[in-house]
Amino acid sequence: MRDALAILAKDLRIEWRTREGISSVFVLGVLLLVVLTVAQDPSPETAPTLAPGVLWAAFVLTGLLAVQRGFLLERENDCLAGLLTAPVDPGAIYAGKLAANVVLLAVMQTVVVPLTGLFLHLDLIPRLPALLLVCLLGNVGFASLATLFGALATRVRAREVMLPLLLLPLLVPLLIGAVEATRAVLVGGLAGASGGLGVLAAFDVIFAVAGWLLFAYVVRD
Amino acid sequence: MRRLLPPLTGLVMLAALAIVFLVVPTEADMGIVQRIFYFHVASAWVAFLGFFLVAGASAVYLWNGSPTADRLAYAAAEVGVLFCTLVLVTGPIWARPIWGVWWTWDPRLTMTVVLWAIYASYLMLRAFGGGDAALGRYAAVLGIVGVLDIPLIVVSVRLLRGIHPAVLTRQEGGTGLVDPWMRVGLLVSALALILLAAWFVDLRVRGARLDDEVAALRRELDARRGEVA
Amino acid sequence: MDGPPLRAEGLARRFGGMPVLTSVDLAVDAGEVVVLLGPNGAGKTTLLRMLALLLAPTGGRLLLFGTDATRAPAALRRRIGYAGHEISCYPDLSGAENLAFYARLFGVSEAAARIARLLTWAGLDGAGRRPVRAYSRGMGQRLALARALLHEPDLLLLDEPFSGLDPEAVERLQQQLLELRAAGHSILLATHDVERAAPIASRLAILHRGRIAWVHDGRAADAAVIVAAYRAVVAERV
Repeated sequence: MRDALAILAKDLRIEWRTREGISSVFVLGVLLLVVLTVAQDPSPETAPTLAPGVLWAAFVLTGLLAVQRGFLLERENDCLAGLLTAPVDPGAIYAGKLAANVVLLAVMQTVVVPLTGLFLHLDLIPRLPALLLVCLLGNVGFASLATLFGALATRVRAREVMLPLLLLPLLVPLLIGAVEATRAVLVGGLAGASGGLGVLAAFDVIFAVAGWLLFAYVVRD
Repeated sequence: MRRLLPPLTGLVMLAALAIVFLVVPTEADMGIVQRIFYFHVASAWVAFLGFFLVAGASAVYLWNGSPTADRLAYAAAEVGVLFCTLVLVTGPIWARPIWGVWWTWDPRLTMTVVLWAIYASYLMLRAFGGGDAALGRYAAVLGIVGVLDIPLIVVSVRLLRGIHPAVLTRQEGGTGLVDPWMRVGLLVSALALILLAAWFVDLRVRGARLDDEVAALRRELDARRGEVA
Repeated sequence: MDGPPLRAEGLARRFGGMPVLTSVDLAVDAGEVVVLLGPNGAGKTTLLRMLALLLAPTGGRLLLFGTDATRAPAALRRRIGYAGHEISCYPDLSGAENLAFYARLFGVSEAAARIARLLTWAGLDGAGRRPVRAYSRGMGQRLALARALLHEPDLLLLDEPFSGLDPEAVERLQQQLLELRAAGHSILLATHDVERAAPIASRLAILHRGRIAWVHDGRAADAAVIVAAYRAVVAERV
């Protein structure tokens, strides 16, 4: 897995160098948060109930764009060929890209989550560790499918619409689990979130393994 | 075997219709509308089976690249989405007189909609993914991931039930099938629809193979024309 | 894993139903520069990608260093260097960073020193720190070549290395390829540019209609003869 780390490091270095990816992901996340909240015009009483849904909708939509960008980077100058001519297992490429996507999402969440607390009148400080766990599990699950299908989508026609088209139905269990876990955490803490966390954990394991095994079929001709 | 399929399907279908509309007694609570239940549930079973067939054929295709497996996966998806649509159409027809609403987000309905959406995305990929020869492989990956999603969907929609108390509960299985003829009706309907689906899949697979053969012949012709000129 | 660098027997490739390569027989021996000629669209890139283990053949057999290419692909990849149409370097990283990344993937020892030497050899000393996005086309191609050589491959596969280069750069590249040959590397070079490739070739082959249509087996071939033969094959007078 040293190769996976090398790829992760490379992706993060590129994102840091241009800051185009990071900043657009930040801005988009915040924008979505604002738009999704304002449109529903919540009162201070109803606002907290909106939070889980709004948060995860924002994360997923932002994540879709981040993943697409990530694979566009590989298409430029046909860098993917460079990777594939190296003695690197496609599974390692998958793992590296998955990790990079998780990091990118996490970075975006460090800004969006506190802002959500602000906009929706929530006291998040005591909940932060629990929220962190939910976000981590959700990120890994999202990235596990998004990395696999991101690679797939860049190789077919109509790729901009194909990625959300393919991913969103498959992500339903993740969304249900994540929103439910977030809601439980905001209300009572980790204990009540076991159902959602269970779904998230199962999702993560199943699709991280499946993605790792299937990635070769997507990138190797 | 193949030639027997259409007449056999017809026969079993007639039997199913006869049983459902003539033999089975009218259900006590729901009345005549309940008769749609037999085809509704049978369609759901076929839709689920279709999903597993897509995944199985996809796995075989990834394993050995057999074009038949590829065509089978595509055909199974097309037929599967057809029956899934039937489920989603017959459901509300049944629900409206009984529950008073066209739709509700109870676990089973949610699951069926998500299933339908996954089927639909598979067909979108096939139809609009472009002419790349590797498209069969990509679709196969989607087919396998889709079937892996099913247990997760089943578990996660149960979470929903826990949160929003079920407004309306389904009334089949436990309270429903009191008369033994009802069970027979369900099984015969299921058999009829499975045979129908199998027939459709067979037709689609043969059609797809003919399409490929025509395309190959066209290419051969173009190449020969190029050579002569 | 010892054997002639490359033996292709009856190699074929179809895309969907379309055959691009019908049956290709090709050999590259140690210390040779084999030039693969053919017009655009003949399938040179497809063939090269297959030889670089980027694409699986749909028929035929490929032996690299005496080993079947379907076995031990990772070990074989360490002995092949591939520079395709695109430079395969990340535009937002510097030349040196790109090389460092690939050095990690290929497990190159003493990477820093090797990278520095390669950058000098490629004439990219100063540019090594600048992002690849800022490179001229010639610089990019030199970097791609450096990347292909990073892990000291025994077999080098180059796809249209002369395209877009000015005459000075062409001469420089020809010189470098001859040096590499003298140092023991084997090179397979695909191009449609007969005039530029002929001077450095040990052997020439012409790819036409999915097969090798003509092979000139000899050193120091007369460029005019080759050009004439090439034109004849393509015009199908052969």
